[in-house]
Amino acid sequence: MLGFGADLLWADMNRLLAFLFHQGVLDEQFLQLQQLQDEASPNFVSEVLNIYFHESEKLLTNLRGLLMERDYKKMGVHLNQFMGSSSSIGAKRVTNVCVAFRAATLQTNRAGCLRALEMLEHEYCYLKNKLHQLFQIEQQRALVAGVRYPVQNQNQ
Amino acid sequence: MIVMANNKISALIVDDDSIIRKIHKTMLERLFNIEAETVKDGKEAVELCRSGANFDIIFMDREMPIMDGAEATKQLRAMGVKSTIVGITTRAGGEDREEFLAAGSNHCFEKPLDRAKVEVVLREHKKFTI
Repeated sequence: MLGFGADLLWADMNRLLAFLFHQGVLDEQFLQLQQLQDEASPNFVSEVLNIYFHESEKLLTNLRGLLMERDYKKMGVHLNQFMGSSSSIGAKRVTNVCVAFRAATLQTNRAGCLRALEMLEHEYCYLKNKLHQLFQIEQQRALVAGVRYPVQNQNQ
Repeated sequence: MIVMANNKISALIVDDDSIIRKIHKTMLERLFNIEAETVKDGKEAVELCRSGANFDIIFMDREMPIMDGAEATKQLRAMGVKSTIVGITTRAGGEDREEFLAAGSNHCFEKPLDRAKVEVVLREHKKFTI
């Protein structure tokens, strides 16, 4: 029964990942990130993503402040950083919005920047929620898999 | 399959973003068995090389505070550093690439740095055969 639960959770995880790839939320860079996780560093992906979330939220707060001050040059610098980290974890839609946002800063297009910032905040929140969902499924799967083995030993 | 012809390749990752330093270092070590050090801007990279550190490959971010990647590359080449320097930028357009190559880098790629791009660099390196 518990093994069956772990398999169902595995299927849920793969379905969510497939959905996120299909929607363009994630790209193959996320798979490369997962490939770097192994027994020596079993929490590598979650460690990287937690740093990403922490840094991204700082960047978004700073971008809003800089937009109020109309400091387009500094906004460009922040966006370069956001693009770099987002593309490195495979956050495709967030990266694409950053590209559009950066173009608006180069044109000192305030309305365009405001729209881009709102879209960026939306895409980032969506990404974060979905990745947290993925973590939760993974954790449940690890719990279920961990409980299964002692039960199997007792039956032998 | 990647085979090391001689001893281990050494690399320096120069990037102001801690996420990117972590990912690139882990990628180089896990996928390619490359020893990688990290610094957070061009000035630190220049100072490290000036102090006598040698690296086979330097992965150099373009946009960094204090000293950017193109300037750091220029200074490293002026010092006589012969490492393979790989410029990495978030800008897809040709301007950054031209600037990096003019400064003396061997390659310039758009972020993200991934396995395929690292393999392109390694194919040219005498210590590796693929």
